[in-house]
Amino acid sequence: MAETKGEYPLRDSVADQLRAHSGRPLGDITAEAISAGELSGDDLRTHADTLRRQAAIAREGGYPQLAANLQRAAELTDVPNEELLKIYELLRPERASYDELVRLADYLEATYGARENAAFIKDAAEAYRERGLLRR
Amino acid sequence: MQRSKRFDLLAQRDINKETYVEPWPEAGLIVADSPYDPSPSIKIEDGRVLELDGVTRADFDALDIFIATRALDLDIAEEAMALPSKDYARMLADINVPRAQIARLIAGCTPAKLTDIIRHMNVLEMMMGLAKMRIRRTPANQAHVTNWREHPALLAADAAEAALRGFAEVETTVRVARFAPFNALAILVGTQTGRGGVLTQCSVEEALGLRLAMKGLTSYAETLSVYGTEKTFVDGDDTPWSKAFLASAYASRGVKIRFTSGTGSEALMGRAERKSMLYLEARCLLVVKGAGSQGVQNGSISCIALPEALPGGVRAVLAENLLASMLGLEVAAGNDALASHSSIRKTAKLMLQFIPGADFIFSGYSAIPKRDNLFGGGNFDAEDFDDYNVLQRDMQVDGGVRPITEAEALAIRRKGARAIQAVYRELNLPAITDEEIDAAAIAHGSDDMPERDIVPDLEAADAFMAGDDDFVAVIRALQKTGFADVADNILEMGRQRIAADYLQPSAIFDADFKVQSAINDANDYVGPGSGYRPGGRRWREMQAIPQAKSPEGFVDPHIGEPLSRLLEIGPAAPGRQREVVLALGPAFGGALATTIGGLDHEAVLEAILTGVASEGMVARIVRVYHSSDCAAIGYVGARLSGSGIGIGLQSRGTAVIHQKDLAPLNNLELFPQSPSLTLATYESIGRNAARYALGLATAPVAVEIDNGARLRLIVKTALLHRRETDEVCPERPPVELRFDWEPA
Repeated sequence: MAETKGEYPLRDSVADQLRAHSGRPLGDITAEAISAGELSGDDLRTHADTLRRQAAIAREGGYPQLAANLQRAAELTDVPNEELLKIYELLRPERASYDELVRLADYLEATYGARENAAFIKDAAEAYRERGLLRR
Repeated sequence: MQRSKRFDLLAQRDINKETYVEPWPEAGLIVADSPYDPSPSIKIEDGRVLELDGVTRADFDALDIFIATRALDLDIAEEAMALPSKDYARMLADINVPRAQIARLIAGCTPAKLTDIIRHMNVLEMMMGLAKMRIRRTPANQAHVTNWREHPALLAADAAEAALRGFAEVETTVRVARFAPFNALAILVGTQTGRGGVLTQCSVEEALGLRLAMKGLTSYAETLSVYGTEKTFVDGDDTPWSKAFLASAYASRGVKIRFTSGTGSEALMGRAERKSMLYLEARCLLVVKGAGSQGVQNGSISCIALPEALPGGVRAVLAENLLASMLGLEVAAGNDALASHSSIRKTAKLMLQFIPGADFIFSGYSAIPKRDNLFGGGNFDAEDFDDYNVLQRDMQVDGGVRPITEAEALAIRRKGARAIQAVYRELNLPAITDEEIDAAAIAHGSDDMPERDIVPDLEAADAFMAGDDDFVAVIRALQKTGFADVADNILEMGRQRIAADYLQPSAIFDADFKVQSAINDANDYVGPGSGYRPGGRRWREMQAIPQAKSPEGFVDPHIGEPLSRLLEIGPAAPGRQREVVLALGPAFGGALATTIGGLDHEAVLEAILTGVASEGMVARIVRVYHSSDCAAIGYVGARLSGSGIGIGLQSRGTAVIHQKDLAPLNNLELFPQSPSLTLATYESIGRNAARYALGLATAPVAVEIDNGARLRLIVKTALLHRRETDEVCPERPPVELRFDWEPA
């Protein structure tokens, strides 16, 4: 079935197909499971597939830039918290050299299959070089 | 120079506590149309932008690069730029042009083009534009909840009340940054006590904000600030790319994000590069869009006083809201920071967003006292709740909140405070005492709260931040302590995080915890009969302010036993003696027993008769049945009177002294302000009528002028008059009455 606006909201229309980041089906995220101590934060986080589905809905709704962001977000669901914070820090002005940014991009792509993010960071590296925003 | 008493008074007015300055484009002190703003242009070759608003590719700064590669739809740009700006302006104001038709072309417009469109629009046209271009059909509102004590029970209580009042989002912040996890926690628990589905955030430094989101303590973030010049951006220690990455990082954790921009920040940071505030804002907005943010809070936010110091500032703020909507961004429209000392000015400004409606009319209505607002004071505060509800009711405009009763507020505040108390106890955080709960339930603000030792709180906050406990632990704590409903609401927020529906543009949760966004609630306004308008249940809810009374309640206190001393003795005949005829309204002393001012009809009669007798004159009393009109009643009295002088008296107390040769609607003396009339006044009315009958020179009765009486009493006046009119018998002639009374 095509991912369309008609599916929106996913919470109502395809709840049975949704999984948490941990892989646990949405239907298993219950009050009983919580009180039994069976769930952790990872069971209440979104899955990359869901974000891709939302990206498709955004694109069809006429929001292509938001769709691209959600695509990048999907790639980042497997990146650990601390690593995300480090990447953000490296992208701030004058934190990284051109080569460091390129290496970061390649690492993300190789480790997490984060193709969109890799391209995005390489774009940043080019712009930073042009505008003097690399580490001095 | 002489001092004018009027100018002296004007100088004391709130409006003259403001600062006003003349424009100075070189310093960026100009809200729109700086002479240094570029003209719109674009050159595209092989899918690459070679010129943007007069700047060639080699001279692009970081923002130009970002906008050219990520924000503009190059497939449509040439067509879009070729269409005259005035045509866009006309389409925006034209109800026959739907949103989508404009949005398609706007996707190809450069910052200078966007600014140029606004040049052709006045505020009314922009309001029409905003009503149409706003992306979510249903307007909503956001609240700010903070307190200077950073007291968890008070935060939870205020958040619970804000949620009950209907705010779709609640934002908090910190005085001491280390409090961030606890403030976020209190707001989460409080809001989900008040209403499941309220989105929450804690405004702190970017990395800390992301950590809070990762712990599940917040569900949205809007502090991703962007600026309209490269230097300001870098001064803010970010680039368009770092912000865009942050946006993706938040989204990867299922957190809704909204960027922040707004006129004036560049000038305030000394880096406006001679450009107008609106042009720089247009650049910001294209960066926001290019970064893939679903929305923006603009409307000058904390810089609002700067555009308001300049001519056209309030217009420019509306313009920036409109530009964001045109670009397909959710707009939290400002109105948050203290913008004016003057109630007139702040309310007038609000109307520009309130009437057309915005995704969020306020990007933070201060749902707390001004003194407790850690965002720098609200433009509308908790003190203004009732005013705001009345504005909704007056205009049938949905401002995104609803009236609540005092009992509802007390109950939900206590429950919110008890819920956070239970969470603290279960998670071994410093205890919240019952005394603190009692105080929070009835508190208006921090001043009503007991002292709390913040040192252990801060240590516990550090440990909580460093530890593994997250919102799963919070849900479990609430389950264990009898707050299953609150636990379920937070759990459902977790499920919604998995579904990620609220990452779509302009998403909120409605009263039934269902997502509502520009995808499933897209704005379809194309003039009368279309778009959002509050009706049915929502309109009834907006009307039902607790201050509104039933109409019967106005009349009931004025009903009593008919006067036993006042007897009808037969048809009224014209008199031939020197006399004053006192003509009463049809309900006087019968269906009604007291005047609007609460005077017994019996006492009023005695007062008037005493006055007449004091001049040695006799009085006759008649009742008029064919009319309830004061002049008509008095005129009957005058025509029946042997002296030609009559007094007309309505049941609500309005009186007239009439003379038979005058026109029916003319009079000798009229006393329309019945609430101000005392028994002494009625006695004077009787005396003056007697003096007119005697042909004596007479000074009119002095009456206190109370211009507020009509304002306070107009409903009661109308309903008492209606009650009297119910007694009218058009065919029935006047009747002579006997009042069992002797002069003292």
